[in-house]
Amino acid sequence: MSLSKEDAARAYWKENLRLMITLLVIWFVVSFCAGILFVDALNQIQFFGFPLGFWFAQQGAIYGFLVLILIYVLKMNKLDRKYDLHEE
Amino acid sequence: METQTLIYLMVGATFSLYIAIAIWTRAGSTSEYYVASKGVHPIANGMATGADWMSAASFISMAGIISFTGYDGSVYLMGWTGGYVLLAMCLAPYLRKFGRYTVPEFVGTRYYSQTARVVAVICVIFISFTYVAGQMRGVGIVFSRYLEIDINMGVIIGMAIVFFYSVLGGMKGITYTQVAQYCVMIFAYMVPAIYISILITGNPIPQFGFGDTVTGTDTSVLDRLNGLGAELGFTSYTDGTKSTIDVFAITMALMVGTAGLPHVIVRFFTTPTVRDARKSAGYALLFIAILYTTAPAVAAFARINLLTNVPGVAYEEAPQWIKTWENAGLIAWQDKNGDGVIQYGAGAPFAGAPQFTNERGANGERLISNAPTEAETELYVDRDIMVLANPEIANLPGWVVALIAAGGLAAALSTAAGLLLVISTSISHDLLKSNFKKDISEKGELLAARVAAGVAVIVAGLFGIYPPAFVAQVVAFAFGLAAASFFPVIVMGIFSKRMNKEGAIAGMAVGLVFTFSYIVFFKFISPELDTAEHWWFGISPEGIGTLGMIFNFIASVAVASVTKAPPEEIQHLIEDIRVPRGAGGAIAH
Repeated sequence: MSLSKEDAARAYWKENLRLMITLLVIWFVVSFCAGILFVDALNQIQFFGFPLGFWFAQQGAIYGFLVLILIYVLKMNKLDRKYDLHEE
Repeated sequence: METQTLIYLMVGATFSLYIAIAIWTRAGSTSEYYVASKGVHPIANGMATGADWMSAASFISMAGIISFTGYDGSVYLMGWTGGYVLLAMCLAPYLRKFGRYTVPEFVGTRYYSQTARVVAVICVIFISFTYVAGQMRGVGIVFSRYLEIDINMGVIIGMAIVFFYSVLGGMKGITYTQVAQYCVMIFAYMVPAIYISILITGNPIPQFGFGDTVTGTDTSVLDRLNGLGAELGFTSYTDGTKSTIDVFAITMALMVGTAGLPHVIVRFFTTPTVRDARKSAGYALLFIAILYTTAPAVAAFARINLLTNVPGVAYEEAPQWIKTWENAGLIAWQDKNGDGVIQYGAGAPFAGAPQFTNERGANGERLISNAPTEAETELYVDRDIMVLANPEIANLPGWVVALIAAGGLAAALSTAAGLLLVISTSISHDLLKSNFKKDISEKGELLAARVAAGVAVIVAGLFGIYPPAFVAQVVAFAFGLAAASFFPVIVMGIFSKRMNKEGAIAGMAVGLVFTFSYIVFFKFISPELDTAEHWWFGISPEGIGTLGMIFNFIASVAVASVTKAPPEEIQHLIEDIRVPRGAGGAIAH
């Protein structure tokens, strides 16, 4: 890559922000939307013996958080290398 | 072997293990003492963070709270886990890259202001002491229930243990002891949970048993709970009673507060690299999630057990655990209609906690002097029962009971040690070294940190022995203040180059004063007004940190936009912490 150091850092930061915002939107959806704001509507749906909204509030949101961090860690490791900003 | 002997053996064995680890990992330098030389593997750090984070309240009380409040209890489940997503993405990697020792140090450097640093230190000390008082009390309670030792003696034994390994080992000693404590507590939590899941549903995995059908019927666990509850006049287990806006605000305040708690943040200073800091957050949440996804299942199973086996049963034929825990003072029965049968339903059977007289009633129950209420229900059940009595409810062997005792102690001690370390480093590093005695030698600073830890242990112990009446009331404080102060300041310090000293100080001041006044007003000045119709926007004091955080953001952005941008070297610092490369170099400063 023929980017200058500053350009690389800037592009890296932009991609990082985009990834972070995407993941935080999902974070908000699985917890605040599914588990709180729309819980009554989702509770009309049965999901493996749970009302769906209740499942999100007591189980699903936590699994969602785990998956989000996993994706973040993997994507960021790749991004560090792409812009040659990883730790030696 | 007798259960009592097993408990002594189990607690003795785990304590010896913690002490052995402390001797083996004692700290020799300030870097080892403050951040374990930044050499902690992410898996070890994840376990240590889990133990640091999960307190006596998570271990003993949380399942019980969910059991009695159903859906409303979800605020703790989501609130105390969702913060790790924020930590992993918005804070941990950048603070690790920054590469210093404490949270106030970041605030002071990023905002080029000694004032900001001192404000941060005061917040750290206030938040941490609030929290640690409850832990020491928890240690005393576990000792008194299981080891038949006086509560105060229990607190003193707990103090001695924590003193030993936090003063000697610092962050390094604490980290490896917490790893051991995590293993003890998670094993202690899972064994009875698996047994009770098999007992109720036949499914050995509690998370799946939670959605399964109750053994011998086609009804699911939750339908059964809603059905049993409806017969007895309880609100539906899966619906809850809190307003949506309050549930939203409390969950948000707990999440953001978690991400702003200094003793949690500081754990991410201990990893070797930025990559490892991100990974650590993932492992931490994984280890926490094991307990947090099990807790609501335990809550539901324990409630089914209670609602099936107790209401409408004559006291003389009630299960043995009712009598055992009545003797321990966590269950009380007042035979209001004199029929000898236990009536249980919605509402409180009498006002306040039970005041036992030393007499027995006609059925052999312990008499209490409380005035009965109008409600038909006759049974008082302390929520901690749901975890503590599980082994007996499920007829588990004595060693499982011993395990719960050791697990409860591990949960309380590990959190207390993490908090005490944060207090001691704030005092030695942020107050002493940076303000009063800049030329202090490394040896001198290390000694100061140890003395501060020692004093903090004693103060915390005194809080445990003479619990201030407000301890239960102020938990909202720790999260509310962390949410309204640290989180916005740190996040903007990383994500906004324009945020300056004036903005940060204004934001912290507005967030803190607002949150503090709101909680003090409803909890201390006018507790009689502490109901939904008097709250702002229907947000309870537990959730007000969310509003405080929003005010902090607004105030700091407004003030920063009319004052001048931070100096050049700060802008470079921000650019530097945004990229991982060069994290190793930041250690030598």
